[in-house]
Amino acid sequence: MHFNLRSAAAIYRREMARAFRTAFQSILSPVLTTSLYFVVFGSVIGARMEPVGGVPYGAFIIPGLLMLTLLGETTSNASFGIYMPRFTGTIYELLSAPVGVAETLAGFVGAAATKGLILAAIILGTARLFVDYEIAHPLLAAVYIMMVAASFALFGFILGIWADSFEKLGIIPMLILTPLTFLGGTFYSIRDLPAPWDAIALANPIAFLVSGLRYSFYGTSDVPIAVSLGLTLGFLATCTIIIAVIFRTGWRLRE
Amino acid sequence: MTEPILSIRGLTKTYRNGPRALDSVDLDIRKGEIFALLGPNGAGKTTLIGAVCGLVRPSGGTIHAFGHDLARDWRRARARIGLVPQELATDMFETVERAVSYSQGLFGKPRNAAQIEDILRSLSLWDKRDAQIRALSGGMKRRVLIAKALAHEPELLFLDEPTAGVDVELRKDMWQQIAALKERGVTIILTTHYIEEAEEMADRVGIIQRGRIRMVDEKRAMMERLGTTEAVMELAAPLAALPPALAGFALELSQGGTRLTYRGGNGEGRGRAEVAQLTQALTRAGVEFTSLDIHDSSLEDIFVGLLGDAQEAA
Repeated sequence: MHFNLRSAAAIYRREMARAFRTAFQSILSPVLTTSLYFVVFGSVIGARMEPVGGVPYGAFIIPGLLMLTLLGETTSNASFGIYMPRFTGTIYELLSAPVGVAETLAGFVGAAATKGLILAAIILGTARLFVDYEIAHPLLAAVYIMMVAASFALFGFILGIWADSFEKLGIIPMLILTPLTFLGGTFYSIRDLPAPWDAIALANPIAFLVSGLRYSFYGTSDVPIAVSLGLTLGFLATCTIIIAVIFRTGWRLRE
Repeated sequence: MTEPILSIRGLTKTYRNGPRALDSVDLDIRKGEIFALLGPNGAGKTTLIGAVCGLVRPSGGTIHAFGHDLARDWRRARARIGLVPQELATDMFETVERAVSYSQGLFGKPRNAAQIEDILRSLSLWDKRDAQIRALSGGMKRRVLIAKALAHEPELLFLDEPTAGVDVELRKDMWQQIAALKERGVTIILTTHYIEEAEEMADRVGIIQRGRIRMVDEKRAMMERLGTTEAVMELAAPLAALPPALAGFALELSQGGTRLTYRGGNGEGRGRAEVAQLTQALTRAGVEFTSLDIHDSSLEDIFVGLLGDAQEAA
């Protein structure tokens, strides 16, 4: 398979430059929002809450809040990254270049995932200011965060190709991802839910992601880590296949 | 004859729920020429360019560029093709130099600052290299698009309406830029609404209408074959009929016998020579005229005439 590293690097650099050009929106804004969660739920309310599964409440919510930001931001970044060239017409250059699906994904999705990882690092650093926590499996946490960032960057890329308006671009992150993350055990353990809500909560795929990240942090989770990893890998593979089909057929890209 | 740099055979494009934008187009482009593709709005010019450049998925037919089949070996072909689109589509918040540098990288070329400087200087953009594109005038933005298209040193360059919406002075400046590109060996295919533009620059002209190529020919040959000269003479006294001495000329008597109109020639000088002979014949026949107005048909006249004929035939 042919892969043009220079083309991928050009796309990647431009997307990263775009993120830093809009640093307030891309980086500062989500960090500020998450910090407020840590202040309110972590420090103020968290100090009065019982530990969950032996983990202090302030520390318990860190993986969920991290996931909340990671999903929303990587999805939005990747969707915006490909939607804007479609909207402004600058996609002509990408389509007329000797660039295939691999370079395009490495550039756009790689940049979106990188931005997600930078955000995750900043958020974890910020969380340290408000709550004490230790990461039980740091390598697993890093790998897991990268997998989730890549998966949702791919998902965002699909969203950016599907959307034909700014409204549609915002619908999925705002109306689906954010509520599902809130209901996916960000602020509570699914095990603590009364029946049948504990079972219903497991119909929410985001619950598996939050639970998986929580395992890497504290060694405990609502669902087995293997299931969370498998689900994330499956999502990653599904999104990759969908994008490959989109490029093969030219759906919403080539007339 | 040398192998064409671009060879299109039976190219067809039908948009979903739309008309047939391209209908069995056959076209060969020669290395080093400027080829002007003329046609009215919606004729299929931009679709044709899009099909070659990868923006449009053809419904049928084949395209070979530099001997590569674009359906299979598109990477090699596209690396040698550049496109300047009709719309001013570029990242308006990017600086000029970064935008050109991005294009260079996107087409797989290593960053070459000296080449970027050369391109920007040749397009009078060097002083604006650090300016955001949104701060530039429309003409400058179009130059940025040309600079981006040249960043990977294409051998075949498509210019889709390169002077649309720019003032006369800038248009002539753009013509010089295009001529300079040809000097550098770049093969250029341009679409334009300005027939004057094609007349000024093109080596060959293709006329497309309703997705079909109506005619492709050398500009000079087309002018020679289809061009005409019209001479209108106002006579001092009305004529009841044409004198026998004028029988060899293509003449029409009108306005009650006071206007004599000649239509003939080939648009390349023969008509004017015949008008000179006609004036001598009139003098010899004792026919006086008070005014003479001569008009050679332009490429635009030919273009309009061809499209009109085709519409009547349809």
